[in-house]
Amino acid sequence: MKHLIDSMDLSIEELEELFTLSKEIMKDEDKYRFSCEKKLMSTLFYEPSTRTRFSFEAAMLRLGGKVIGFSEASTSSASKGESLPDTIRTVGSYVDLIVMRHPKEGAPRYASLTSDVPIINAGDGGHQHPTQTLTDLLTIIEIKGKIENQTIGLCGDLKFGRTVHSLIKSLSKYEGINFILISPPELKIPEYIKKEILLKESIPFIEVETLEEVMGDIDVLYMTRVQKERFFNEADYVRLKDTYILDNKKLISAKKDLAILHPLPRVNEISPEVDSDPRAVYFKQAKYGMYVRMALIIKMLGAI
Amino acid sequence: MLYIDSISKGIVIDHISPGLGFRIFQYLKLEKSDYTVALIINAPSKRKGKKDVIKIEKHTDLDLRIIGIIDPDVTINIIRNEKIVEKIQLSPPQKVEGVIQCKNPRCVTSTEDNVTQTFSLLDKKELSYKCDYCDHIYNWEM
Repeated sequence: MKHLIDSMDLSIEELEELFTLSKEIMKDEDKYRFSCEKKLMSTLFYEPSTRTRFSFEAAMLRLGGKVIGFSEASTSSASKGESLPDTIRTVGSYVDLIVMRHPKEGAPRYASLTSDVPIINAGDGGHQHPTQTLTDLLTIIEIKGKIENQTIGLCGDLKFGRTVHSLIKSLSKYEGINFILISPPELKIPEYIKKEILLKESIPFIEVETLEEVMGDIDVLYMTRVQKERFFNEADYVRLKDTYILDNKKLISAKKDLAILHPLPRVNEISPEVDSDPRAVYFKQAKYGMYVRMALIIKMLGAI
Repeated sequence: MLYIDSISKGIVIDHISPGLGFRIFQYLKLEKSDYTVALIINAPSKRKGKKDVIKIEKHTDLDLRIIGIIDPDVTINIIRNEKIVEKIQLSPPQKVEGVIQCKNPRCVTSTEDNVTQTFSLLDKKELSYKCDYCDHIYNWEM
């Protein structure tokens, strides 16, 4: 494994290896306490993030490694006009692994072309977020016991929601997956996901505009936030931000073993009253995210 | 009819759809060539009614793949000793470098100065290409 830029970079076998290792770490974390001793990871976050950056940093620190980095572009040389390849070459000469978040789509791919050390894409604009997908898949396995043969409902901003794009790509590798795509017309799934994944692989999917009409059919409901930072026009954001709010009333017709996931942060798309419902697993999901990132770091650094 | 000499060695790009000859001329950067090049527009054609033709003298080693996405129906004849020695059938190239500009304002290619724009063929029929960086789809406009 050289870089992780796109969720399609990992085969089913590699995904399974990562999930197996994640489970082992969860079972006996102490065993891995020094796995990355003497290793240094850099977190280059050109865009604000709390949980993804902390999740990566916590993962590395729990493995005995060290972390350097920046959490916004203004504190990096990018503010002086340095090109991305120059930053990557320089940082790559100091560290063993680079974790990168960037507002521009394709920036991690561009960075990987000149990098001598592995690069992990921690989110690029509205494009991809492969480690969130690892988190989502591990959560589905842990909660539902399997990934295959389920109906996955994805709700909210499917256009700019990078976690959705990465998740659809990865889920498409598993047998018997049906997608229900719930969004307003303005925030529908991008054409390339439809053409390149869903239509090309003949994966069943429907597109609807209301959650109520499909709630009873869904096994895993993936809620997303309408992200202000993806809109060029604030009026569009204001108009669309409250389109879907999941509350107890909407869950009346849902399956008893439904799993409700959310990549977080949540704003108001899931009412706090849902948090106490055993089907709400989004806070467990955040914890799984740290363990799967520990497994990923170990694999990418060959530390096992 | 305007008469332009036949060539003894070179390339004849024939049956170009009217109006696309100049575009192909530009993409092949023929205006920078130091050899004889003729661009004929609106020549009579039995097949198309009208056609554009480009004749390039002496050189036969140009990279012509780009024509596959501009006008896949053209006929390309390689001439040696006044005879057609090779006919090239074009198909849209799998990869296109430095030709298509990504239109996604969020793409990294919109801010980084030295990045080479690369696109991969997505759909041969629709002539659609996908940006290798951001996956944005580009439909080639005929």
